[in-house]
Amino acid sequence: MNILVLLKQVPDTTEMKIDKEKGTLIREGVPTITNPDDLAGMEVALQLKDKYGANVTAITMGPPQAENMLRELYAMGADEAVLISDRKFSGADTWATSNTLAAYIKTVDYDLIIAGRQAIDGDTAQVGPQTAEKLGLPQISYVDEVMEFSKDKIVVKKALENNYEVLECSLPCVITTLSTIAKPRYMHVRGISHAFEKDIPVKGFDDLEIDPAIIGLKGSPTKVKKTFTKEVHSNSDILNLDGKASARKVAEILIDMNFIGK
Amino acid sequence: MNIAEYKDIYVFCEERENKIHDSSLELLGEAVRLVNDRPSLNYKVVGVVIGNHSDELAEIAGHYGADKVIFLHNEKLKHYSTEIYTELFMDIIKNDKPDIILIPATVLGRDLAPRIAARCDTGLTADATKLDFDPENEESPLLYVTRPAFGGNLFGTIINETKRPQMTTIRPGVMEPVHKDATRKFEMDKREVDIDNIEDKVKLIEVLKKDIMAVDITKADIILSGGRGVGDNFHVLEECAKMIGAEVGASRGAVDKGFIDKDHQVGQTGKTVRPKVYIACGISGAVQHLAGMEKSDFIIAINKDPGAAIFSVANIGLVGDALEILPLLTEEIRLYRERPY
Ligand SMILES: Cc1cc2nc3c(=O)[nH]c(=O)nc-3n(C[C@H](O)[C@H](O)[C@H](O)COP(=O)(O)OP(=O)(O)OC[C@H]3O[C@@H](n4cnc5c(N)ncnc54)[C@H](O)[C@@H]3O)c2cc1C
Ligand SMILES: Nc1ncnc2c1ncn2[C@@H]1O[C@H](COP(=O)(O)O)[C@@H](O)[C@H]1O
Repeated sequence: MNILVLLKQVPDTTEMKIDKEKGTLIREGVPTITNPDDLAGMEVALQLKDKYGANVTAITMGPPQAENMLRELYAMGADEAVLISDRKFSGADTWATSNTLAAYIKTVDYDLIIAGRQAIDGDTAQVGPQTAEKLGLPQISYVDEVMEFSKDKIVVKKALENNYEVLECSLPCVITTLSTIAKPRYMHVRGISHAFEKDIPVKGFDDLEIDPAIIGLKGSPTKVKKTFTKEVHSNSDILNLDGKASARKVAEILIDMNFIGK
Repeated sequence: MNIAEYKDIYVFCEERENKIHDSSLELLGEAVRLVNDRPSLNYKVVGVVIGNHSDELAEIAGHYGADKVIFLHNEKLKHYSTEIYTELFMDIIKNDKPDIILIPATVLGRDLAPRIAARCDTGLTADATKLDFDPENEESPLLYVTRPAFGGNLFGTIINETKRPQMTTIRPGVMEPVHKDATRKFEMDKREVDIDNIEDKVKLIEVLKKDIMAVDITKADIILSGGRGVGDNFHVLEECAKMIGAEVGASRGAVDKGFIDKDHQVGQTGKTVRPKVYIACGISGAVQHLAGMEKSDFIIAINKDPGAAIFSVANIGLVGDALEILPLLTEEIRLYRERPY
């Protein structure tokens, strides 16, 4: 059984600083993390491995420093890790990213592909389904639990707004996982030392059979026209009243607006 | 690809509980606004309804602004299927050549839209919060799609100049529907579709209810919302909310601390709300929170810190202790109700 996990190294958006003048992100000094939904997906893959036996491969497309993330994944228990990296791939939108990931995945064996539901840098939730489409595989997104797994099918619980659906799919297929699906395990000590001895194969443009017109910034149909930060304008009456007067103020507003019936 | 062949704005109408879901009605409203803003294009608003639904359901799209409703009907199409819906949509794209497709960024929409976009090799912008036609060229059908990124820290405007259709998913709760008008004239184009040749490898086994009846704060007129500043005292909010007829909302700060359930979360990763009155208590006003509530009609903020960012979006800001003010408010309203006049 071969399980591929797609992961992305992302800036920790809680630590993000903005250059308000230029309307851009200040990337320097912002720590990077493994995208939470993906890390939970990795944990699911490892649990399936523990239970049924499987070979788990972590795959990322990103800059050379994404290697750090892959080493951590080795330390968690991944059997293999692959970095897809080339300047030609950079600046890709979700369509171009999926083309690239799919081009690599086509060269390997797999039974199940796990992607995170969405990456916190863009929050698009598109790369999982788009990669599935490019590979001609069925997909189940927003998976919150793997209920059954065997060599030819998977049964999962998908979280919707107001309910869950239990869905079954034949393998191979793609699922996208929510961060609540599993709590990622820690790296283990033996794993950590082991992780630094591991080779991380890097696949560049020349290693993949792919049309240069469908990758990277140039191949991306969507383009960022401009970026900006929100201008915050103050339009409020800020009042310094005592507790009682504050309460009365709110009460008056609600009563004036006819919310408080008698 | 001859881009000039593509025209009109298509809106995917998601059905839920035998109705067209609000998120789609909002998109119909937004499509009407876009079309009216650029009359030179002479674009129509086309609603797309898929499934074994009744004609009455499909007609609702017309009542909410569609000039034409394409209703892909098949008795066997009882529930959503990624593959079948994608294939059916592809037929529309090939035959009808839509210039713009708007899909709500619901769980279903976010499953379907990327699949369609990848199959027809076009661009897809996710979770947009604002749509405009190219402001620099009055004749242009190029869509400027604005969306938050990096957890709401940054906004980007995205365009797709080279491929058609121009596709985007849109956050529920952001756009406004037009008023329902059951007398509106529209064209109904019902097509019986064949799905026997579409292989769907995903099988629905059962639907499970979520344990807790999810509260729907998006429907409330008044939301009394608490943040980390309220601490483990949400019962104070709940009592007050009951008295004033409000639902309780929360910041992610409060949800992450476990003070209240995630269903109550407002903001970027929570719900987008636009109640008549939003009362923010002990919420600092991080951009991600503001993203979900700043369109409320009237905002009251209570915060100890006069410099809190929440005051920048509030109509009335009260510098003070929410835990002191709220019980007093509950009392005020109780007294008001008990007064004989
Ligand atoms: C990707 C991403 C997505 C996010 N999505 C969301 C989202 O959807 N929704 C959301 O809310 N946040 C979201 N956040 C988190 C957001 O950045 C803030 O961390 C969060 O909103 C802060 O919550 P808070 O205002 O309750 O807490 P704090 O920032 O700690 O603010 C507490 C406030 O309470 C005040 N206070 C303290 N005691 C009292 C008192 N007794 N009376 C009155 N005031 C008092 C303080 O002055 C302070 O202003 C997201 C973050 C990221 C990175
Ligand atoms: N560059 C990438 N390399 C590997 N996986 C990715 C990459 N970008 C996105 N993914 C996967 O696709 C999911 C959805 O990403 P997104 O569409 O960007 O929200 C992520 O959670 C990852 O699992």
